[in-house]
Amino acid sequence: MIGASSNRKEGRAKVSGTACYTDDKFVPGAIHGVTVRSQVPRGILKGIHFDDGMPWSEFTIVTAADIPGKNCVASVVHDQPFLVGIGEEITHMEQPVVLLAHPDRHLAEKARNAVRLEVEELPAILDIQASLGLEQVIYGADNLLKEIRIQKGDPETVWDQAAHVIEGEYRTGAQEQMYLETNAMVAVVEQAAAETRVTVWGSLQCPYYVHTALKQLFGLPDDRVRVVAMEMGGAFGGKEDYPSVNGGHAALLAWKSGKPVKLVYDREEDLACTTKRHPSRTRLKTAFDAEGQLLAIAIDFVIDGGAYATMSPVVLSRGALHAAGVYRCPHVQVHARAVATNTPPPGAFRGFGAPQSLFAMERHMDVCARKLGLDPVGLRRKNFLRRGDTMATGQVIREDLDLGGLMDRALDEIGYRDKRAAFALTNEEDGPIKRGVGFSVFMHGCGFTGSGESYLASVAGVEGLADGSVSILAASTEMGQGKNTVFSQIVAEALKLPYEMVDVAEVDTDRVPNSGPTVASRSTMMVGRILEDAAIGFKQSLVQQGFLQEPYTADSFRAGVRQAVATLGSVKCYGQYHKPADIAWDDATYQGDAYPTYSWACYAAEVAVDLDIYEVKVEEFVTVQEVGRVVNPRLAGGQIEGGVAQGIGWGLWEEVTTQQGRMINNQMTNYIIPTSADLPRIKVVFLENAHPAGPGGAKGIGELPMDGPAPALLNALVDALGPLRLDEVPMTPDRLMDRCEEVSHG
Amino acid sequence: MRGYLPDCDIRVPDSLAAALDLLAREPGVWTPFAGGTDLMVVYNAGRLKATRFLDLSRLSELRGIQEDETSLAFGSLTTYTEIRECRAVHQHFPNLVKSARVTGALAIQNRGTLGGNIVNASPAADTPPSLLAYGAELELVSPRGLRRVAYDRFHLGYKRMDLAADELVARIILPKPTGRSFHYFRKVGTRQAQAIAKVSLAAHARIEDGHLAALWIGLGSVAPAPVRARNAEAALIGKPLAALPIEAAREALLGDMSPIDDIRASAHYRSVVTQNVLGHMLRDLAGA
Amino acid sequence: MADRITLTLKVNGEDRSLSVHPFARLLDVLREDLHLTGTKEGCGEGECGACTVLLNGQVVNSCLVPVVQVQGAEVITVEGLAQGENLSSLQAAFVTHNGAQCGFCTPGMLIAATDLLNRCPNPTDGEIRDGLAGNLCRCTGYSKILDAVHSAADGVAR
Repeated sequence: MIGASSNRKEGRAKVSGTACYTDDKFVPGAIHGVTVRSQVPRGILKGIHFDDGMPWSEFTIVTAADIPGKNCVASVVHDQPFLVGIGEEITHMEQPVVLLAHPDRHLAEKARNAVRLEVEELPAILDIQASLGLEQVIYGADNLLKEIRIQKGDPETVWDQAAHVIEGEYRTGAQEQMYLETNAMVAVVEQAAAETRVTVWGSLQCPYYVHTALKQLFGLPDDRVRVVAMEMGGAFGGKEDYPSVNGGHAALLAWKSGKPVKLVYDREEDLACTTKRHPSRTRLKTAFDAEGQLLAIAIDFVIDGGAYATMSPVVLSRGALHAAGVYRCPHVQVHARAVATNTPPPGAFRGFGAPQSLFAMERHMDVCARKLGLDPVGLRRKNFLRRGDTMATGQVIREDLDLGGLMDRALDEIGYRDKRAAFALTNEEDGPIKRGVGFSVFMHGCGFTGSGESYLASVAGVEGLADGSVSILAASTEMGQGKNTVFSQIVAEALKLPYEMVDVAEVDTDRVPNSGPTVASRSTMMVGRILEDAAIGFKQSLVQQGFLQEPYTADSFRAGVRQAVATLGSVKCYGQYHKPADIAWDDATYQGDAYPTYSWACYAAEVAVDLDIYEVKVEEFVTVQEVGRVVNPRLAGGQIEGGVAQGIGWGLWEEVTTQQGRMINNQMTNYIIPTSADLPRIKVVFLENAHPAGPGGAKGIGELPMDGPAPALLNALVDALGPLRLDEVPMTPDRLMDRCEEVSHG
Repeated sequence: MRGYLPDCDIRVPDSLAAALDLLAREPGVWTPFAGGTDLMVVYNAGRLKATRFLDLSRLSELRGIQEDETSLAFGSLTTYTEIRECRAVHQHFPNLVKSARVTGALAIQNRGTLGGNIVNASPAADTPPSLLAYGAELELVSPRGLRRVAYDRFHLGYKRMDLAADELVARIILPKPTGRSFHYFRKVGTRQAQAIAKVSLAAHARIEDGHLAALWIGLGSVAPAPVRARNAEAALIGKPLAALPIEAAREALLGDMSPIDDIRASAHYRSVVTQNVLGHMLRDLAGA
Repeated sequence: MADRITLTLKVNGEDRSLSVHPFARLLDVLREDLHLTGTKEGCGEGECGACTVLLNGQVVNSCLVPVVQVQGAEVITVEGLAQGENLSSLQAAFVTHNGAQCGFCTPGMLIAATDLLNRCPNPTDGEIRDGLAGNLCRCTGYSKILDAVHSAADGVAR
């Protein structure tokens, strides 16, 4: 079963139009919610005024003063209010202040513009430079949302003696997840006999995050809050933390009105106010000996965390832990900071900090190769991590690791050497088209960072149903990645049953245990492993209680489950995460095993640049990755291809343009994601190397493909155009033109 | 969806006379509505001031492509798809086919109309540069009768047109190129499809005895409205193909443009890239 | 301010008649009045293609069509592609080739692909990319969608 390209469980519903996404849910009597937001980046809210001419008595109106529990979104740090109250500080342009709801959604939308906020404006800071420079102190004493230091050896002892010391600065822009389905919530609050019960159905990655947020918002115990994950039209991290905000808003309106509430963002609102990838600035200083051996790396990694901490501490952590890349180096120092600005807070997006720091490292390695007079292949080969080496945190590579082989495979697949030679000649000719090839080598840590998985202590289970089939109980959500399918394959394999006999239960917190958030490339490897254990336990308990005898057939298993359910009423078995004994992590010192394991990859790109119009065409794209055992090759291939498409978009086109910290190109027309006409076929090669920690040897896969494309593309552009200052993504045509002019103008 | 539906009204006249009558009776009140591919976008965003619409889609008088000896006349409701599929357009006006093909994607091309593309008056519209390059004339109709206006004098400024409140664009008339002709169209969009132009350039030339006997160049996205590149044309007309003054033409082109910075491209990018596209066109022309 | 109109049209082969505001969007009438929620809203600006339906045999963005313009017309949505329990060859190919990931672009993508194969039964990669360029997908990178369309085309050709 593991290794088969089984069809997606919910595929039929999705191609028939019957899959039920949040806004598809038919809710009789629902009223429609809208959010009134601040229109200044920073200030004190002095008053809220409702214009004449609107039938306000028909509206449900919620302000901060109405909130029954804590006006604070439960997250890593408890700093963000659901709504800003009068006398409190507005900290960004899209901050929610008032919630409105009305049975007529057109009128609700119109009323949004009839609420005026009286605000005493304060000076705002809008970017990393202003925040680090403490032009205004807007957060804590120093504008730092989080600071991390990682130290191995001491680079300071190396700079003076090294043959070469090379420095560089690299920047990455914000990126929008652009899931096709905008954020959406439906809420119902029942109040009977002084008992309040809150139910939210929504487009959300992490039901138990929303569950926790609602408990705190309403001051309710566990069993009075229910969260149900609907079919989800993409997420990519964008529905990791934000649903705690809009889920809370929908619930507040439902609680105040006593009616069901639908709160569905349109695209403009979704783009302007929900989370993005953190913008970053990375300064790198590297020392090499005369032969190109890496001696020391010092990294100053800064991300723009926006007005509240949201996921920034953990995004920063993952970014810092990936910042030194795939290289062996005795002296490494990472100084990582997430700074506050008066902008709508960024959050999770596929890769979670790693694409930013890896972009810097993998561009920098090409820059260094050129300065050292080595080729990018040779310089990397000299310095790759191997089994037995230690990473920056002291983590020892315990698995067989052949990054040289991985790189060679990718370069062979794309025809790197032949193409470089051929392009070197053709690029000399007149004509606007210049071609180049480039690549990147990188890794992605699987699962939560550091001790995260131990804190989560995830639980997942397997249940027998009355018809004899098996149902999977986990709060992990399906956002298109294939969780339903892969979990079913893992359990079917563990139980030696046909795939069709296993399915997943609806993700409803009343029914499924907390298997942790659906993030961090952790579902297949971490939750899959728990399910494997649960499935074995389930079978053993059936055997022990006399309902099943081994060996069994699918039919006898079905009969056994039927009988067990008929006799016992319900048959379930749960498993829980156990930290592997050989893994250790210290949060205080940032030393130890940052991740249980890593997936590894080399991506190679061929580009053609038209110097008349500075347009970059991606002619070919090859991905070679080692991700442990591949559970479902076709679904895994789809994950890689889709991630690469997002990576190419981030590298070349996707730019969030802001004014006073607010996105102003917040339409699909003006935020440019690739169409089918913009991408090549993406070649996907899996090198399988089963890992003992994952189910059937699987490792994580979801985020990996986001890390490699941007540096590979810019390295290819330098190959095509020569040593331009290509230190930033997206490298839009405008920006590329400017960089070409820097050279031609001396 | 941010438009306020209850405020909106739409009338569906069943004849051109009825439509013109309504326009004349309440001048400026009714906004002509054809394929909806521009108006509905603005309406959905809640930024459309107009609330009363005059649906032209049932007016058969405004449909169809008519060919005679010397010209093609497009009813203003001609869709991009109809342009793409018309053999005579391919034969005589290949730039127009290319323009239609890069307008939005298929779903837009099936609904959007040539007349709508003109009166929406976006500087970034895809067909106007080609219409300018082919010396288009517009036939405007009102209860007062028909009048013709040269398309290169129709746009008066940003979203301002030589179009009275009681007039509709009835037909777009393109004279067929004669003699040995050269056609060039290039759109530089934000991506390969479903894109808005950052720069576009259409050109049509008549070549006689190895010389440029006549030349029309239309530009998009570099001025408040689609414009003719008259300075560049003047620098080139009469010159031999073997020795086109490319640098002089590029220089002259700067006088034809007044680009601005916006969220899609900088003024500098628009200006440099339009010059480069002109250079590309002239290299093609030299080889023609 | 407009009076409601009686809209008569054929949806997925069935005659329907309903009272609607003439300027209501076809998308909203399909989803809210006819409860055909397979057709999705992804942007409301005719950019993403999630709301694509066939209107008199042509693909259109239903978020850009006021219903007064579909009076008497024939509309096909994703719900109209299967014959009873039998998926169309394209729908089946999207399942087996993983052409649908999150599934939100899928209804529009299937409509556009159905139209493409009607016009061009054996398309090349380039023709598929051109035909589907108005349908944005954020999950797949499009390769698996191309595979699915090729596979359905081959099935049709046989």
